[in-house]
Amino acid sequence: MNDSRDKDSFEQRLAAAREKAGLDGTPERSSSVADAGGAATLATRVIVELTIPIVLAGLLGWWLDRVFHCAPWLLIVSVPFGMAAGIKGVLRSAAAGGKT
Amino acid sequence: MASSSIDALGQFNLTTGLGPLGAAVGFTNSNEMMLAAAIIIVALFSLALNTAAIIPGRFQAAIEMSYEVIRDMCDETMGVEGRKFFPLIFLLFSFILVGNLLGLVPYFFPFTSHIAVTAALAIFVFLLSTGVGFYTHGFGYLRLFVPEGAPIFLLPFLIPIELLSYLSRPLSHSVRLFANITAGHVLWEVIAGFMFMITAGLGTAGILVAVLPLGMNVVFTGLEVFVAVIQAYVFAILTCIYLKDAIHLH
Repeated sequence: MNDSRDKDSFEQRLAAAREKAGLDGTPERSSSVADAGGAATLATRVIVELTIPIVLAGLLGWWLDRVFHCAPWLLIVSVPFGMAAGIKGVLRSAAAGGKT
Repeated sequence: MASSSIDALGQFNLTTGLGPLGAAVGFTNSNEMMLAAAIIIVALFSLALNTAAIIPGRFQAAIEMSYEVIRDMCDETMGVEGRKFFPLIFLLFSFILVGNLLGLVPYFFPFTSHIAVTAALAIFVFLLSTGVGFYTHGFGYLRLFVPEGAPIFLLPFLIPIELLSYLSRPLSHSVRLFANITAGHVLWEVIAGFMFMITAGLGTAGILVAVLPLGMNVVFTGLEVFVAVIQAYVFAILTCIYLKDAIHLH
């Protein structure tokens, strides 16, 4: 009986010492840095996924307008496609669960 | 050190490296860092693995673990057929990772903060995956742009959307790495600039107040290390996903 009580108090002291030495880590703090990094990654990801196709479609439409001399019609047609592609990209990244 | 304005983008200026010889051939500080990254990677691997023990020490275990993490990622996304691209993906990962981490050292240059560098890598991956797609599937690769089970009358709308999202791959691939690294360094510079502004404005009391932005920068350093690692991983996993589309279609 005495033996088991000693063992319990040993476990407690070991846990306290480990915590003091930071061996078990401080989950709140380390995960908050990781969360902030993950959030920053997700934020850039969504912005990039949404805007790049729109910009690309705009540039493509503008360039094709110059080639075929039909400004501004191809630009007007292409930008909605870019928006759709952007939304699709965001939806796809949401479906992936923010893993990439 | 001007206290009235913060020059957050001056840190990304290219200068010549390696003294007069480097100036003569246009060898920049960015190239210096790339060379350093390459040397560090080769040195780390040869040091860790030349005495390859059956029971690895800490150093060897760390290097082997980085290898295994990327190999598992490759297998998960691309399957066994993707094994032949593993060396390329591991090379991209380690080069970008070491480049990102080197950029965090004061006075060192983060070469991944230049879109020219990240775009070169992303365009290479884009051309490679397109080439692999046409090599494996011939013109059947164009089926990538036709979503499965879509009604015929929607195809005139869906194909341009798929085409646009395919063409925006190299852009988003490069911008994500570039934007994260650049944003981190700009943030550092701006917050460090606050310290000089506060001390210039408040004098001796300002030195005490300036501890606050200093503390913020310390926190951001931890964040930046995390972002450096995660962005290298993201670049590698996106390469895997693009190659997977080329190998397996959808």
